[in-house]
Amino acid sequence: MAALAIAGVGAAVARRTRFFVPLAAAVTLSALAPAHAEPQRRASEFWLDNGMQVVVVPDHRSPVVTHVVWYRVGGADNAPGQSGVAHFLEHLMFRSTKKLKSGELERIVSRLGGRDNAVTSHDATYYFQRLPSEHLKTAMVMEADRMRNLNLVEAEVATERDVVLQERRSVVDSKPLAILDELINANLYLNHPYRIPVLGWEHEMRKLNRASAIAFYKRYYAPNNAILVVAGDVTPDAVKKLAQDIYGPIKRQPGALREARPSEPPQRGVRRIELKDPRVSNLALQRYYMTPSYKSAEGNEAEALDTLSIILGDGPTSRLYRQMVEEKNIAANAGASFSAVALDGGTLTLYAVAGDGVKQEGLEQALDASIAQFVKDGPTEEELEQAKNAMIASYVYSADNQAGLAQRYGSNLVIGRSIADIEEWPNKVAEVTAADVKKVAAKYLVLSSSVTGYLIPQRGGDDAPSDTQPAEARR
Amino acid sequence: MRGRLRAAAFSIALLLVWLLAREGARAAEIQEVRSPGGIAAWLVEERSLPIIAIRFAFEGGGAQEAMGKEGTAGLLAAMLDQGAGDLSGPEYLRQIEKLSVRLAFDSDRDTFFGNFETLTKNLGRATELLRLAITKPLLAPALIERTRAQLMARAGFEAGDNNKLANAQWMAQSFAGHTYARAISGTPETLKVITRDDLEDYRRRIMARAGLRVAAVGDIDATTLGKVLDEVFGALPADPQLIPVPDVQPKAVPKPTVVAVEGPQSVAIFGRRGIERSDPDYFPALVLSQLLGGGSSDARLVREVREKRGLTYWIYTLLYNFKHASMLIGGFASPNKDVATSLDLVRAEFKALAEQGPTQEEVDAAKSYLIGSFVLSLDSNAKIAEQMLRAQLQGLGPDFVKVRKAQLAKVMRADVARVARSLLSIEDLSVAVAGEPVNLDR
Repeated sequence: MAALAIAGVGAAVARRTRFFVPLAAAVTLSALAPAHAEPQRRASEFWLDNGMQVVVVPDHRSPVVTHVVWYRVGGADNAPGQSGVAHFLEHLMFRSTKKLKSGELERIVSRLGGRDNAVTSHDATYYFQRLPSEHLKTAMVMEADRMRNLNLVEAEVATERDVVLQERRSVVDSKPLAILDELINANLYLNHPYRIPVLGWEHEMRKLNRASAIAFYKRYYAPNNAILVVAGDVTPDAVKKLAQDIYGPIKRQPGALREARPSEPPQRGVRRIELKDPRVSNLALQRYYMTPSYKSAEGNEAEALDTLSIILGDGPTSRLYRQMVEEKNIAANAGASFSAVALDGGTLTLYAVAGDGVKQEGLEQALDASIAQFVKDGPTEEELEQAKNAMIASYVYSADNQAGLAQRYGSNLVIGRSIADIEEWPNKVAEVTAADVKKVAAKYLVLSSSVTGYLIPQRGGDDAPSDTQPAEARR
Repeated sequence: MRGRLRAAAFSIALLLVWLLAREGARAAEIQEVRSPGGIAAWLVEERSLPIIAIRFAFEGGGAQEAMGKEGTAGLLAAMLDQGAGDLSGPEYLRQIEKLSVRLAFDSDRDTFFGNFETLTKNLGRATELLRLAITKPLLAPALIERTRAQLMARAGFEAGDNNKLANAQWMAQSFAGHTYARAISGTPETLKVITRDDLEDYRRRIMARAGLRVAAVGDIDATTLGKVLDEVFGALPADPQLIPVPDVQPKAVPKPTVVAVEGPQSVAIFGRRGIERSDPDYFPALVLSQLLGGGSSDARLVREVREKRGLTYWIYTLLYNFKHASMLIGGFASPNKDVATSLDLVRAEFKALAEQGPTQEEVDAAKSYLIGSFVLSLDSNAKIAEQMLRAQLQGLGPDFVKVRKAQLAKVMRADVARVARSLLSIEDLSVAVAGEPVNLDR
């Protein structure tokens, strides 16, 4: 399929270029959710005496294990003025501890035939190793060590700050779509810190230092604020014994749990953003609607919104594609996605790439017409059944990927959902009705709680002088 | 945003896919299947999930596109699931969705790939849909136009992507005059002139039984797979009609070339002649590439450019092999003012390794990673199918996992040092930069 995904620029930030697992893709992953519909649970869980939650997801097909520690803290928990500190700390966690030299954890994992990485999102930070299952203990010992024993050296901190600045340039400043994503989020949330990029704003990143990272670390990195997820060729009993021995001795920290974040006031105005960029050659539109998340939603609203996004915009049989691309021939491509494995709110994204000669107004009018019709009539029974069918089938396919399996559990548990919530997802999807979808469409596809962003090609001699720079993109 | 990451991740993925080895638990279970009609495939039965994954490849790829029609293979790949047999485009896609079949086609420079997954319960009907896509695609003119517009829009988006631009420039300068110099996914200009006849001609030339390789993993036995193979591929002609592609080596271009792109960073791609997969020194070279610019933070380039100096977020090297050319290639993104410094660091590490060789510890660590981590590349149906297909394309046997492990285990420090002397000479290291680099000697 020649699908051009211009949507889905994520909020998550990976430390390395290998193993990029954007949490925004956890949207899709959650859509891929759980194990079979039978009541028997696939995953099991228990708590250590120090408050650390442990979840085991058996997958015995291959002698491999995925070991992940999730912290219930992320980019939306940074102190004001210290944007980027959660992600900066994530990088520093690969530097020196009292026992390990800078980079040693990675070296050891690599020597054992493993790979490791870490990811920060607005709501969570996680560290993982994938390695032959006989080396699980080694991974645990090192992960437990850096939970409390980080020993940052000033020079390493300064160098790593340069690395995260390079990261920002690579993954945001070099990508017009990523710049637009930052601008849309900053305008979508009026008060909630989801408005601030996980990577941080550059001028604040430049001031990040050892003290701010350490303060964040000491407060939040504690067993009672962490979830251990082990997926792979292991038994719950064996993991329990190892976890008790290795993570068990770490002391519980009072005050490790984050505060509630500032919440959103009513949204009252339509917002439009225009980003002109000489690197862009096609006019494109991206609209984010504010929605509940899988955590904050009432009833089955999140499942209904997920279903809605599939019907509206998943591939060439979807509503938006059929209407905007096939029937009206006004867009070269169009689609939707739903990102809602998050604590305080989700995002429904619509996108469209303009066809030849199509202007902003024409593109947006066509989109609005499709949305208005959908809000008025809701989905057809056929559309609904097909979407649910696809969502439920995708969980079967997704069980093929062990790392994805571990990610699905961790990303949901870390926002306070339960194993039951995760594993009953296919059943809840199956129960979504056309009326449910119609209801959430009317409730959340509301222009005044959305931001529409345009990516506009800027050519010399065009409507703007060629020396006009997108200020956000430049240092 | 993801584009860059994916590009770099892609390089790493290639490395893992092609180069690692360990005797995975399941590699021993590869069955060589031959259908009643004589079509060969490798099969791993995996009954724990009700899924069947089949990956297949035809010899061909971008190298078989007509001159000036670059992007033909990509356009065909995007068209094959848009209507076939009696089923119009929308109807075909509806059936695919109804059955929850996953079907995608893709092309690289030498090969045209198909990727098919189905739930076991839908195998019969899914097989029929696959057969139609391969043998009777409609290639409806209106849908060609629409798909062309999408590919052109994508090409437009990529026109400002300095990673893509630097890679394309490196290929263009290194393989000038050879088919490998051409733009792999086409440009707006070449996409514009591809006709339906071009697609049909291309399809008829490459889709043949002799150039076909198949790997299957999942909830299926050899007999059933044999029937599927005959149904899907049985009616194809025996032999493809391929344009001969000459072997070639990348040219050394003495000074860095620059593609001007606005932005705070430049991407530099550097590379030179590599080593053939069949060369006895291939595995020492693999170890060399790993310790030079593999994924780990103790790889020399990662250590010097990222960990010590913070001049980049990503940097890598890998052995990159086409059917008719071999390369050692690498890349990084640095601020415009620091590109020259980063390049000097790269050259210095090439030189140091060529002159002094690696340490024993470096060789041990790289070998240990390459051998040990192969099992991670075999832990899902989809990955096993991918590995088996790649192995067949490289002409390896079904014992490839075992052989690879043994070959890697044999590599000595002296072997790596010898290979470093010939492979890391900086005189023929060519560089292409996309961005606005400052103080670059060019």
